[in-house]
Amino acid sequence: MVRALVLSAALVFATPLLAYNGHEAVTTFTLDNGMEVVVVEDHRAPVVQHMVWYRAGSADEPVGSSGVAHFLEHLLFKGTDTMAPGELSATVAANGGTDNAFTSYDYTAYFQRVAADRLELMMRMEADRMRNVRLTENDIVTERNVILEERNQRTENNPRALFGEQLNAAQFLNHRYGVPVIGWKHEMEELDMDDALSFYRTYYAPNNAILVVTGDVDPQEVRALAEKHYGVIPANPDLPERYRSQEPPQTAERRLIYKDPRVSQPYVQRSYLVPERDPGDQETAAALYLLAELLGGGTTSYLNEKLQFDAQKVVYAGSWYRGVSLDDTTFDLIVVPAEGVSLQEAEAAMDQAMAEFLAEGVKQEDLDRIKMQLRASLIYARDNVDGIGNRYGQALASGLTVEDVQAWPEILQAVTGDEILAAAREFLRPEASVTGWLMRDEEVTQ
Amino acid sequence: MKAIATFVAALLLALPAWAEIQIQEVTSPKGIKAWLVEEHSIPFTALEIRFRGGTSLDDPDKRGAVYLMSGLLEEGAGDMDARSYARELESLAASFSYNATDDSVAISAQFLTENRDQVVDLLRTTIHEPRFDQDAIDRVRAQVLSGLKSDETNPNKIASRHFAKMAYGEHPYGSEGKGTIESVSALTRDDIVAAYRGVFAKDRLYVGAVGDITAEELGVLLDTLLADLPETGAPIPGKAEVNISGGVSVVEFDTPQSVALFAQKGIDRDDPDFFAAYILNHILGGGGFESRLMQEVREKRGLTYGVYSYLVPKDLASVYLGSVASANDRIAEAIEVIRAEWRRAAEEGVTEKELQDAKTYLTGAYPLRFDGNAQIAGIMVGMQMEGLPIDYIATRNDKVNAVTLDEINRVARELLDPEGLHFTVVGKPVGLETTN
Repeated sequence: MVRALVLSAALVFATPLLAYNGHEAVTTFTLDNGMEVVVVEDHRAPVVQHMVWYRAGSADEPVGSSGVAHFLEHLLFKGTDTMAPGELSATVAANGGTDNAFTSYDYTAYFQRVAADRLELMMRMEADRMRNVRLTENDIVTERNVILEERNQRTENNPRALFGEQLNAAQFLNHRYGVPVIGWKHEMEELDMDDALSFYRTYYAPNNAILVVTGDVDPQEVRALAEKHYGVIPANPDLPERYRSQEPPQTAERRLIYKDPRVSQPYVQRSYLVPERDPGDQETAAALYLLAELLGGGTTSYLNEKLQFDAQKVVYAGSWYRGVSLDDTTFDLIVVPAEGVSLQEAEAAMDQAMAEFLAEGVKQEDLDRIKMQLRASLIYARDNVDGIGNRYGQALASGLTVEDVQAWPEILQAVTGDEILAAAREFLRPEASVTGWLMRDEEVTQ
Repeated sequence: MKAIATFVAALLLALPAWAEIQIQEVTSPKGIKAWLVEEHSIPFTALEIRFRGGTSLDDPDKRGAVYLMSGLLEEGAGDMDARSYARELESLAASFSYNATDDSVAISAQFLTENRDQVVDLLRTTIHEPRFDQDAIDRVRAQVLSGLKSDETNPNKIASRHFAKMAYGEHPYGSEGKGTIESVSALTRDDIVAAYRGVFAKDRLYVGAVGDITAEELGVLLDTLLADLPETGAPIPGKAEVNISGGVSVVEFDTPQSVALFAQKGIDRDDPDFFAAYILNHILGGGGFESRLMQEVREKRGLTYGVYSYLVPKDLASVYLGSVASANDRIAEAIEVIRAEWRRAAEEGVTEKELQDAKTYLTGAYPLRFDGNAQIAGIMVGMQMEGLPIDYIATRNDKVNAVTLDEINRVARELLDPEGLHFTVVGKPVGLETTN
């Protein structure tokens, strides 16, 4: 989907965040104006992916303008001083390439995939729209309709997404992570030119951006091209410090029920407020990551063994942890009850299984199996350098450093079962949780 | 990205990536054929095994049997029940996945070089000795039923089911391969075993391998995995009669945004006009932002987040489909614009510039598909199933470039049928009613 939104909604997550630790393929440096650069080489085919990540996402939006980060992302495909509306994408296509962009809580990113010898053209156009976008009122009106239809498609038409919004809003009492990336509909309807340009002028600058180039490139050539096209753009001296209102201590267990006649398969989802991966301090996050894998990472995971195989109360159980995040994040559990099992029973079975897990402790063979797969995934990851580049871009835009990304695989390998249990006991606290039931309204019969 | 290893790095700016993919045909000692690309820089292999037939092999009374059977292949084999099987697979750090579509059942495997023999043994057991334990059947059946229940209130699924029924009637294409709640609920272990016997046979087998494996090693692997399969499987059904007439069908569903699936007759993959039709579709609705539909419906009018059209040449029928979604009070306008664009393309054709731009894009984007061992293995199997020659990749762009303006505009006149375009609309559309 073009100009796609990175969905934070429930079931999409669970992607492991592994960096290939072969440092020889990764080169990093910083331009004089503060723009960071990551180059990942793969010379098997003459293709390049060129990305620019901005440290600006929906959680950086001003109060009342939810959705403006994503709206601006759409508007960046309109014209600049030297490019007509749509010309950038048309030029990429005319060179046999594809382009797109996405927005999340902590970043907005733009990318093109194209033959390696077209890299300079991509840089020239991307550098141009970093500072020189020109918008008309007509662009605003038309594109606002497009994002409203995007919200219709992703969210309004999908009860699971609507439920996820409510869960998040209840989880975050004071942080902008409680507001959907695409925006609340009533605020999206009011977004205007000033909202978009103000966000643009504040955040779109080289000292707030990361360039990630992957594929058949030479790092020295990338450096020369980057200096020529991005290096000449002055840093924004007024770039604000990246600070969002933080969560107060969470002291009350929250519960919600979302009813929608379009729900055919009810389920229970619970999220906990937990720490994210912090620079130089990723051990807790690593324990939470492995905890998610052990509990709900696959067929052999604890919750599936207990609930799907033994008790046969659920058709599916899962857990995931969104570790790459600037601020405190969530750890999520989901159980989809089997036919004839109520949400109440499914939740009770989940609670009981969690209690048993904490009492029994981590089985070493289960942990070893997961660690073996993590090591293997470093080999498989080399087949997808774009994926490696994406991990760097996401991490650097979310407050981590290159060193953190490279240390992560070894930190994961070093985590012990006791550390995982300790993390579970410390952070999976009811007072920091939201438990939601997604169900069909009982009154509706169809 | 990263098609395949090449020893010629210097000329790369002039050389398109696809020219460098060296496909070998391998015949195993026992006569199993496969296409191979050796790529030794990363110590793993991607293997794609596909059997023609797919869910269309289902007995009409046993709809969903092939789909459920495919889902059960990872639920125990040989002396391993589902749980010990899953542990074994995880401890080898390999991945096996299964995909049953209308036309094929695919097994996609990735495994490290360091434990390849063990993985191949496990995959052999999977293919030859699946257990289909009753408790696994019941558990996976419940998962399928859960999915089917969710589909009942998914506007896109409602639209595609409604369309399929209308277009294909009682042919297998007329219903979903996953089956219905009723048919899946009634499946027995015998039905699953029968589906298994119908699907896996050598007379319908296609294999592609990419990665850290030599032709000789692949030959041994092929014999271990596949040489003992039966010669023949279940008969593949005949072609579907496609019944699409112009108009609108409205399926009432209470949701804010209507989803529309549009369709007309299609064109076969082996039709001499296929490339012209393919480029035509790219210009009309197949590309990204540059397509006419995207420009008119999204960029100019803001009526949708996305509108696309696509040729769907399947084994037993070919159709030309598209999709759009707009708020209930705007979908009628979106449909009007789409129909007008369909007519304009049929009557006026495309311009020389549009044709050139499309060729540049399609030929330039082609190498970008070969971006990983598994992707290349999948593409090679697709080529074999379509009967394409082993050197097709190197000639494909020439075929695109050979299409002339006269040719594409003749095909536009002959293929595009604005009056025959049918819109299946799910939602509460304002100003639209079922026409026939």
